[in-house]
Amino acid sequence: MSIPWLSIVTFVPLVGAAVILMVDRDNKSLINGITFATGVIDFILSVPLFFMFREGTADMQFVERFDWVKSIGIEYHMGIDGISLFMVLLTTFICMICYLSTWTAITENVKEFNILMLVLQTAMIGVFCSLDFILFFVFWELMLIPMYILIGVWGGKRKIYATVKFFLYTMAGSVLMLLAIIVLYIENHAQTGIYTFDILKYHGMSLTHVAQFWMFLAFFVAFAIKVPVWPFHTWLPDAHVEAPTAGSVILAGILLKMGTYGFLRFAIPIFPEAAQSAAWWICGIAIIGIIYGALVAMVQEDVKKLVAYSSVSHLGFVVLGTFVFTLRGIEGAIMQMINHGISTGALFLLVGILYERRGTREISEFGGLTKVMPRFAVVFMIVTLSSIALPMTNGFVGEFLILLGVFEANVWYAVLASTGIILGAVYMLWMFQRVMFGEITNEKNKNLPDLTKREMTYLAPLVFFIFLLGVYPNPVIKKMEASVEHLLIKIDKSGQNAYVRGSKVVNPVPETKGGGD
Amino acid sequence: MGDFLWVIVLLPLIGAIATGLFGQKMSKAGVNFWALGSTGLSFLLAVIAFIELVLRPASERVIVNTVYSWIAAGDLNVNAGFLLDPLSGIWLLIVTGVGFLIHIYSTGYMSHDHSYWRFFCYLNLFMFSMLMLVMGDNYLLMFIGWEGVGLCSYLLIGYDYHRDAAATAGKKAFVMNRIGDFGFMLGMFLIFVTFGTLDYQTVFNNAHDKLAVGGAVATAITLLLFVGAVGKSAQIPLYTWLPDAMEGPTPVSALIHAATMVTAGVYMVCRSSVLFDMAPTSMAVVAVIGAATAIFAATIGLFQKDIKKVLAYSTVSQLGYMFMACGVGAYVAAAFHVMTHAFFKACLFLGSGSVIHAMSGEQNMEKMGGLKKHMPKTYWTFLISTLAIAGIFPFAGFFSKDEILYKTYASGNIVLWGIGAVAAGITAFYMFRAVFMTFHGTSRVEPEAMKHLHESPNVMTTPLIILAGLAAVGGFLGVPIIEGWNILHNFLGPVFEHGGTAHGPAEHGEHHLTTELMLMGVSIGIAVVGIAKAYIAYIKHPEITEKLYKMFKPIHTVIYNKYYVDELYDILIVKPTVATSRWVLHKLVDEIIIDGIVNGVGDFFVTLSSMVKKFQSGLLRDYALTMMLGALLFVSFYLWGGK
Repeated sequence: MSIPWLSIVTFVPLVGAAVILMVDRDNKSLINGITFATGVIDFILSVPLFFMFREGTADMQFVERFDWVKSIGIEYHMGIDGISLFMVLLTTFICMICYLSTWTAITENVKEFNILMLVLQTAMIGVFCSLDFILFFVFWELMLIPMYILIGVWGGKRKIYATVKFFLYTMAGSVLMLLAIIVLYIENHAQTGIYTFDILKYHGMSLTHVAQFWMFLAFFVAFAIKVPVWPFHTWLPDAHVEAPTAGSVILAGILLKMGTYGFLRFAIPIFPEAAQSAAWWICGIAIIGIIYGALVAMVQEDVKKLVAYSSVSHLGFVVLGTFVFTLRGIEGAIMQMINHGISTGALFLLVGILYERRGTREISEFGGLTKVMPRFAVVFMIVTLSSIALPMTNGFVGEFLILLGVFEANVWYAVLASTGIILGAVYMLWMFQRVMFGEITNEKNKNLPDLTKREMTYLAPLVFFIFLLGVYPNPVIKKMEASVEHLLIKIDKSGQNAYVRGSKVVNPVPETKGGGD
Repeated sequence: MGDFLWVIVLLPLIGAIATGLFGQKMSKAGVNFWALGSTGLSFLLAVIAFIELVLRPASERVIVNTVYSWIAAGDLNVNAGFLLDPLSGIWLLIVTGVGFLIHIYSTGYMSHDHSYWRFFCYLNLFMFSMLMLVMGDNYLLMFIGWEGVGLCSYLLIGYDYHRDAAATAGKKAFVMNRIGDFGFMLGMFLIFVTFGTLDYQTVFNNAHDKLAVGGAVATAITLLLFVGAVGKSAQIPLYTWLPDAMEGPTPVSALIHAATMVTAGVYMVCRSSVLFDMAPTSMAVVAVIGAATAIFAATIGLFQKDIKKVLAYSTVSQLGYMFMACGVGAYVAAAFHVMTHAFFKACLFLGSGSVIHAMSGEQNMEKMGGLKKHMPKTYWTFLISTLAIAGIFPFAGFFSKDEILYKTYASGNIVLWGIGAVAAGITAFYMFRAVFMTFHGTSRVEPEAMKHLHESPNVMTTPLIILAGLAAVGGFLGVPIIEGWNILHNFLGPVFEHGGTAHGPAEHGEHHLTTELMLMGVSIGIAVVGIAKAYIAYIKHPEITEKLYKMFKPIHTVIYNKYYVDELYDILIVKPTVATSRWVLHKLVDEIIIDGIVNGVGDFFVTLSSMVKKFQSGLLRDYALTMMLGALLFVSFYLWGGK
């Protein structure tokens, strides 16, 4: 592999940001254009990753590895497997769409906004590609700073409160994670005599139960805040409500996946035993999150807040699917991470379109919009259906696999979690009815313009993927399968064979020790 | 052979996409071309496929058409594949045939509609989903169709989205169906965990190896599946969405809420007959729920004023009959009734649509009367279908309803038979009440509506005539008594013969000719009494009826208001859930408890920093003091603590 694909994909947005630095700040359309072009280029560059990615192996691919700070074992180490591949693709895809959506929404400090967005993109891709803890942590922190600023500067009325809350929550997580990383680093040195931050090296580490437990907990809380898992979720609605549309899309579409990705990459493979012994209560709070998020979403008055709480519910499914440790549960979880990025991203864009036109997101301010915005209504309906996991849309495949995987592990978890599919229909359709159906009662809504060409352009790819992943999900599932199986084997090594279920490759019969030949 | 099955399913989807994407710019003829062309062609191919199936020897009547692997995850593999056997064949013909007729009718009924294309887009999408449901060769594909028809039902009930009642009814239908789907989904999971596949043939062939008759797993699977059926086919306790669904345009009520979609639950139970036969408890539940729904809904039908509401409750009631049949193992009878019901109920709904169309949208029967002479075609077709549903010989409903009642009696469930017979009498009464109130007697039509009163155009009456014809003679497919004349039974029977099963008792019950004839006599008698009472009450002596209404006003009010079940659900489930979510979860837990802690932490650090700040006073003596204290601490640590 001579072409450093991952570095290119990671740093192209940064180059774009550098170019924008040189542009006159009043030339807003040029700045917007450059940003969007950068997004498109980066997306196009990332597509070959999917096609060149080899199926059937859990090895890291497109690996790049150089020493960075040799004396303490920090490396520049990038690589992706079947899990991170899709996170990278999701990031380049969602970012590209975001850049096109901001042209009329952001009119002040355009230059700074675009630079921050591009820096954010580099950081996010870096997070998903890093295989060195320090590199990972650098990208992780780099990603948070633009987000604080995005909310704090371009946010709504209570932006400072939301930023501080977001900051408090995420900082608490980061600190815990950093502490755990340092402990791991020292512990690894004690065991092997090598100083390294290589994440994969930590995967096989033997740790005492107590050490595993505490470090797992530190990682878990760090990522749980990010997801967010109930009860660490209250920053999310505030951050969303205050964030500009593009910020919300990135936040929901990609940043939340950092948490669930963190479980799959760090918390579970490094601490498999702790993860297993904690699984019951994690599943418990995931189920609470599913139902709680849905119920609270139901009573929201603000569309954006409703979507934010729906994320709590959806991500609850992802966490549950992850922590039942079945093949289909985890595959479904990864599918749902992609789906949530697409569907909820689209929902935030649609809410943003309403907000741009009316300057409000109160559900009671709307009603009957279908009449004046028929095209908007169609797209909104499709996205809503995808969000409530209707078959033939992407949402169904993910939710089905998760629930099936959960059912295979624990029937009662599945029964409880499945109530989420009823509640999902309740809150989404109720909201849709109040916003889109009925007579237009508010004078201000009488002349709302329908979707513009630009808006259609950035919504169309989302709709396309909603259907494509719903009708033909197999290529995606196949690419991730080996990596998921590999993860399950790692958990299985720690002695509980029953967890590796539903896999073709893994032999479910326990190894017989000392058997003939 | 049969590798074109997927085309039958896909054609309506093409119609839906074409009208959905470009319909707005099309002329009506263009929309008709795509919508009717695709469904018509689909019907034609369905007929060809069906003939191909019939021509095969009875043991080879299974055609499978696998298209591609849809979801493969580990050892789960779900194909997009289609299955044609006698059971799906019957539904295939009903769906495409009745569906096509209703498409034709709709071109007339919806001709004044401003978004004509949207209606046909939804209707085609419905046909596609329904065909997926019926033709899929595994449970997951059935589930796709299952949710798909739920969606289309939602869209079509709420077709006039600007009316709140329509939008609300649509949402209610979707949510109640989702409650059913919740059960279906779990049942499907349990099937997969038990069998390692969702494929019908593998599941059914292995049922006897993997499940014990009467075992917990068999019972659980079937009961969960039945929860799905209860939602989709509007049985107690999830029936309340169907009457509300009458907010949708009338052709929709005919197609979706009478002829096809609501029978999906019956199809699913019939399809899973192997599993149901192994679970006697579930069978009993199915039969009891069916019978209870049959009579409960019939009583509500007694006093409704809205012509479509009468038909809606009658549909719920008839679906109850079908489940009762399934529950006693008389699957053929259930399928038979689905078929005849599709004919006469579609005809009745379309007939009511014709009336509503003529009355400029009026649905209240109290404002009708004497329409017979104004719209003869509608009247006669409506009358024939009413005779059919009332169970009068030789109309279609007589044969199918009687087979159900006989099989129920023969299986030893005398009580269920009794309930079914009484419900049949009530049905005859309220259906003829509807006929008399609408078409006979003196006209109560408002003068304004009177001016526009007209017989519907041919494009609407022709489907009525065809359906009335089928309702008249369709019953002869299942002639009882004479051995070998029950064509339907010979055709469908093998699907439900699964070797060595504790088979539903009814299919094996001996044929007692005298019993059967006697029961027939009883049920015709009951029907005639019902009709006669309706005649007396609404034509001969309406004044007595008025008196009776006044005498039993409380009872009448309770029944007229559908026993206040909706209100009950609202008070017991909806309101408490919303209130808890709003006040306890959102306001208390989120905003006060969790945020309280978070903000508390924030405040704590603010306080802490303001305390720490004091150390940085900039005064030398403070620093000196701090240093001294620190040194003191260090020294004491080494002296006493560092051992």
